[in-house]
Amino acid sequence: MRLEYFQMIDRVLELAPERITAEALVPAASPVFEGHFPGHPLVPGVLLVETMAQAGGFLLLSRLNLSRMAFLIGTGAVKLRSFVGPDTRLTVTATLVHEGSGFAVTDAAITAAGRKVAEVKEMKFSIQDFPAPELAEAMRGRAREVGLLKDQNS
Amino acid sequence: MASAFDRIAEIIAETSDVPRENIKPESHVIEDLGIDSLDFLDIVFAIDKEFGIKVPVEAWTQEVNSGAAPAEQYFVMQNLAARIEELVAAKGG
Repeated sequence: MRLEYFQMIDRVLELAPERITAEALVPAASPVFEGHFPGHPLVPGVLLVETMAQAGGFLLLSRLNLSRMAFLIGTGAVKLRSFVGPDTRLTVTATLVHEGSGFAVTDAAITAAGRKVAEVKEMKFSIQDFPAPELAEAMRGRAREVGLLKDQNS
Repeated sequence: MASAFDRIAEIIAETSDVPRENIKPESHVIEDLGIDSLDFLDIVFAIDKEFGIKVPVEAWTQEVNSGAAPAEQYFVMQNLAARIEELVAAKGG
């Protein structure tokens, strides 16, 4: 994870047509922890939601063969079950719930040491053409970094 | 089984702040009911689930934006219900 760059997913562990499992290692130190919180560093809950959204996003990008972008536009119920501190290895899963016309919906969860620490129901994504070629290229780069493209023609 | 119109109207009332009694066959979903794009997506998601279909919103929007079809064809309630019934019939057939 590079929290300050919003790069939450480190690598894809498993990829199936309707499910992705990924790994995210919380860094030992980050400027984020200086404010959240002094003397008691925790990954902000919104960044755990972002982590789940990025897992869902990578699943959708894979389904789209990186031809379009998935933008988070809403979530259903979110549960943040326990604190996540530095140096924690997270396993992030996202599962396709529905693929509509121009949108898609996934559930997602995060576990640490086999224990569920966060979950979200019905994350909704707007599926749109890439608004800028730089973004398309950046997402292809990230997809290669996390191993999303290893079984595909990149 | 309630009509497609009634089922869609119920979905809209549950998904948005529009009272069920304000949703009439001649209501334009966007202009009369004030449904914004985000709420409309939630409504389409609910319609997809309720009817087991995939409402082709992108194709509809493209047709309207290009002038190939009037917006009323898809976004006035009675017409929307008719389009949904067509999609359900096409799926079943």
